[in-house]
Amino acid sequence: MAGTRSDWVGDYFMETMAATEFRVHPDAHIVVDGTVCADCTTRQCIVACPANLFVPTTDGGIVFNYEQCFECGTCYLVCNHEGAITWNYPAGGHGVVFRRT
Amino acid sequence: MSDSVDVIVVGAGPAGSCAAIVAARAGLSVVLLERGPFAGSKNMYGGVIYARMLDELIPKWWEQAPIQRWVTRRSTMLLTDTQALTVDFRTDAWGEAPYNGATAYRPDFDNWLAGHAEAAGAQLLTSTTVTGLLRDSAGSNRTGAIVGVRTDRPAGDLRARGVIACDGVNSLLAKEAGLYEHTDAKHFTLGVKETLALPKEVIDERFGVRDREGVDIEIIGGTGMINGGGFVYTNLDTVAVGVVLKLSKLAAQSLRPEQVIAGLKANHAIAPLIEGGEVKEYSAHLIPEAGLEMMPKMTANGMLVAGDAAALCLAAGIWLEGVNFAIASGMYAGETAVDAIRAGDVSARGLAGYQKRMRTTFVLKDHRKLRRAPALVLSDRVQHLYPAMVANVAERMFRVDNPQPKPGLRRIFAQERKRAGVRRRDLIRDAWTGFRSYG
Ligand SMILES: Cc1cc2nc3c(=O)[nH]c(=O)nc-3n(C[C@H](O)[C@H](O)[C@H](O)COP(=O)(O)OP(=O)(O)OC[C@H]3O[C@@H](n4cnc5c(N)ncnc54)[C@H](O)[C@@H]3O)c2cc1C
Ligand code: SF4
Ligand code: SF4
Repeated sequence: MAGTRSDWVGDYFMETMAATEFRVHPDAHIVVDGTVCADCTTRQCIVACPANLFVPTTDGGIVFNYEQCFECGTCYLVCNHEGAITWNYPAGGHGVVFRRT
Repeated sequence: MSDSVDVIVVGAGPAGSCAAIVAARAGLSVVLLERGPFAGSKNMYGGVIYARMLDELIPKWWEQAPIQRWVTRRSTMLLTDTQALTVDFRTDAWGEAPYNGATAYRPDFDNWLAGHAEAAGAQLLTSTTVTGLLRDSAGSNRTGAIVGVRTDRPAGDLRARGVIACDGVNSLLAKEAGLYEHTDAKHFTLGVKETLALPKEVIDERFGVRDREGVDIEIIGGTGMINGGGFVYTNLDTVAVGVVLKLSKLAAQSLRPEQVIAGLKANHAIAPLIEGGEVKEYSAHLIPEAGLEMMPKMTANGMLVAGDAAALCLAAGIWLEGVNFAIASGMYAGETAVDAIRAGDVSARGLAGYQKRMRTTFVLKDHRKLRRAPALVLSDRVQHLYPAMVANVAERMFRVDNPQPKPGLRRIFAQERKRAGVRRRDLIRDAWTGFRSYG
């Protein structure tokens, strides 16, 4: 029996993300303060971030990885904890690059 | 770069490039700052561009714009898990100049438009992120007139007589200038999209088009319990399929955006169109969805705001238009800056002509007319009850259930309305709101 549908979406999602170009800057443009997240019960960033960059840890924390970020702004809008997310655009020329023909 | 110019335009999307074209052609010195490595590299949409506003700026733009297909077939689809009811319109007229809508890749289109800004004399500086505003030292840091921007270039600050903020949906500049009272997740939708490669002949055949003809399918329903909508657009040899999702609803449930797309792609009304398509790109971007309800103040002392930065995108269900609003507001911002600089008054008062230009044209007229539409289209009834109700009516109307005689449409409708749990007075109210908006 093949995997469940969510497994399939998972593999496929990795493929779709790999198809998009990111020119990663060594410094993170978005910083998440894990100590604030520790008190968060809603954790809406986890489901809403289209790049799936907020990953819950077993001890109730959040691991955030900025590298494949679309710079969309969803996370800071859905997060209702002041100070959890420091949000900026990456330095000029870096970050996501959408494709031409 | 010299450290002082007449006008700084931030963001080389359609709003910024058009503002720069207008100001540069009027003889002002203009710098156009873009954080991406080229204009358009950060920009994503559905999408279809309605570019008639360019007639004035770039005569016969359709002969040179990097478009994919001209939309000659437009379908509006009500979708449930197992049913689809489509209004499918096609016309040859939209396949001839001056055309109606075109599909295009934004990195192509925006880069082309920015090229026109350069040709007009604007200096385009890419790979440059604006990090803040410069204020007149006479005022305080929060209230002094805006006299330039900070950037992450080695030279850093750049001063100007006027700044035009065209920095898109998250507009950090409009926020820093204090033009937004607050921002609220419920005013935004998240758009996510897969671009799927298929041979051109396959697309032509599946969508029933030829040559440069293209198809635009707007979908209501198909996003599960998350209020939003879906779309399918044809490019020459790719198909774009995606969904827009109300942020506050998305965040409050457990289905992730890519799972919503997967659901739409698996729907039997959509699957055969895209089967075998190889994913070329996955992309995401916010839409300022709430129209008039969320619009900021659009002028400050020394600054104008245009396009998505001013929430001018029109999202009203069967219409999702932003590029044309960005082009127009960018042009008007450019004209206003030219007038104000010539008159020597770039205070908010001196820039007041901007609002007037928008109030008297489609930019704010369309928003006024459709002010109730975004909320109606994203309402729970339109999203979760009406598609199934209408599709069930169609299913029963078209079903031949011999030996049963044909039931009357009125009875079917009354029964399905009850079955869907729709109160008659809500239905009448929504119909009236819809009629007043779209009528
Ligand atoms: C999923 C989706 C579907 C859509 N479908 C359609 C459609 O079919 N038709 C349509 O007409 N519209 C559509 N839109 C809306 C349309 O994309 C926008 O309204 C339009 O792009 C707005 O143009 P703009 O120039 O104001 O902003 P943008 O195109 O967002 O351009 C802003 C520019 O500013 C730059 N920038 C931002 N901050 C900075 C900074 N600090 N420093 C330097 N540069 C900066 C960005 O890199 C970008 O190039 C859609 C949008 C989405 C998300
Ligand atoms: S980022 Fe915000 S929403 Fe996400 S876990 Fe932290 S506090 Fe909660
Ligand atoms: S900006 Fe968008 S893609 Fe980037 S982390 Fe936030 S939600 Fe995710």
